[in-house]
Amino acid sequence: MQPRSSPAQKSPRANLAGWLYVSPLVLVLVPFFVAPILVVLAASFFATDGFGGLTPGFTLASYVEVLHSALTLKLYLATIKFTALTWIFTLIIGFFVAYFLVFHVRNQLLAIGLFLLCTVPFWTSNIIRMISWIPLLGKEGLINQALLGLGVIRQPLEVLLFSDLAVVIAYVHQLTIFMIVPIFNSMARIDKKLIEAAIDAGASRFDIMRLIVVPMSKSGIALGTIFVVSIVMGDFFVVKVMSGGGSASVVSAFYEDVGVLQYPTAAASAVLLTLVLVAIVSLILRTVDIRQEITR
Amino acid sequence: MSAVLADMPKTDMPETETSKTVAPAATKAIAPRTGRRPWTFYVLATLFAAYVIALYGPMFCIYILSFQDIRGGLVFPMKGHSLHWFADLVTQVRTGDVKGSFDRSIKLAVIVTVITVVVSFLAGLGFRKRFGGDTFVFYMMIGSLVAPGLVLGLGTGLLFQALGLNASWYTSALGAQLSWTLPFGVLVMFAVMSRFNHVWEEAAYDLGASRWQSIRLVMIPVLAPGLVAVALFGFTLSYDEFARSLQTAGSLNTLPLEIWSMTLNVTSPSLYALGTVTTIVSFIVIGASLGSIVLIQKKRGSSAKG
Repeated sequence: MQPRSSPAQKSPRANLAGWLYVSPLVLVLVPFFVAPILVVLAASFFATDGFGGLTPGFTLASYVEVLHSALTLKLYLATIKFTALTWIFTLIIGFFVAYFLVFHVRNQLLAIGLFLLCTVPFWTSNIIRMISWIPLLGKEGLINQALLGLGVIRQPLEVLLFSDLAVVIAYVHQLTIFMIVPIFNSMARIDKKLIEAAIDAGASRFDIMRLIVVPMSKSGIALGTIFVVSIVMGDFFVVKVMSGGGSASVVSAFYEDVGVLQYPTAAASAVLLTLVLVAIVSLILRTVDIRQEITR
Repeated sequence: MSAVLADMPKTDMPETETSKTVAPAATKAIAPRTGRRPWTFYVLATLFAAYVIALYGPMFCIYILSFQDIRGGLVFPMKGHSLHWFADLVTQVRTGDVKGSFDRSIKLAVIVTVITVVVSFLAGLGFRKRFGGDTFVFYMMIGSLVAPGLVLGLGTGLLFQALGLNASWYTSALGAQLSWTLPFGVLVMFAVMSRFNHVWEEAAYDLGASRWQSIRLVMIPVLAPGLVAVALFGFTLSYDEFARSLQTAGSLNTLPLEIWSMTLNVTSPSLYALGTVTTIVSFIVIGASLGSIVLIQKKRGSSAKG
């Protein structure tokens, strides 16, 4: 991306030109990203009358309330459970789908076609893709009908829909694409000659996977992880709908708080969640220079 | 996906030649270019097929179920065939203001698309060279991408309230959606720009082109497929955006908000009918975008030969 310049070349003229080009972006992000975050941060220190009215001030009451609540720990544990399960499944599926497309499909045009086939649903509605599991997982859904028909079960399984299982299925369904794309991109950059050289040197299939493919896909895995983790941790509607109200996550509890106008508690919980998210993302960013990676 | 879209012209594969020469050794390869397929191919092909079926299968279930007649329920088997639930969408009060929210969502998506393309293109130009504070802007953008949408939406809503402004779909929701589409747009521009050959731009300058001329006559035509990809992201991400719009759309719903309220209180196939309609719109947009990218590439290929 920046083949002609290095950080040393930051002349005042280049600075001005750069800022002119990105100024429209900054003019959107400041009022609609930076300011809202600051508003939420401020609201977390405000007092409330309980009816949505906010009194400017500085109190840590909301934080004390959130941190003292037994519910908070439960919510975080549930969120971490959903995040971890989703991460593992999207990683495994995403890695092998990308691997298949890059290393096994010989015709590149076909590989691009199959890749696009995987990405098309990303451009359609998430909510619709989520509810589309109802006819399959429901008590009278296709899976239960099939299992009953085969005689595997006598009673329809109730754990399929409106359960933690359904939540994880919906997440994996929606988010695997966020693993496939970056891992596909890193794998596509691996020089095939490297693998041929490894074969000539007597490497086994497992050696190639362990010593070449996985290490060289690391940046893709890191990028995909950032997407999956931040989306699952920030989600509320999949948890709300697919668990049938039985499970909650940090953000779905936030949503309920907002619904009953408990803004300061909601804001305090949001600030804590954001801090956790920032910690996780920066930890991942330590392993990969994402800007270098994206602009390469 | 952006990088692959931008990659589409490069179907000439340097690997094909080299791989032929090493074909004998390739029998043991994890990914031979020629010769017999290893067993892993069949395992992974099965996994891939299963993934694609799981990806599309449920969606097709609801499209099929939306064509039931009045007796229809939420699960199989199909009960009759009709367009009853589609008619239900536009006539029933129970299902809410589907037509109005559909209109608003399309208008909003068009506005978001135009702004996303222009702003992402300019930012893409800016990020080509390092400048003081570029890393800050970059991470601000990443932050906007990974921040929980509902939290950002609440913050935007509270901000508008504090400033005494009315939240509406064309002000607060527009901004909230841009905070989501712009990072994607700029990331796509990064991928597109990294494949742009600077020689063309410099040649334009050498021939006496002004900065604006080189952008208009060289860069935009060359980058056109990438810009279409940015537009595709802008439109579809806005059209389906939900979490950030929830607290910012004001009193009038966008379509995803309408669908959301339907998931909570409508238990008839009209929910599926709405899903079918909105997916058709998405597919038209995706098809038109990918089609025009292919068309541009084709035109380019033929004019290069002629």
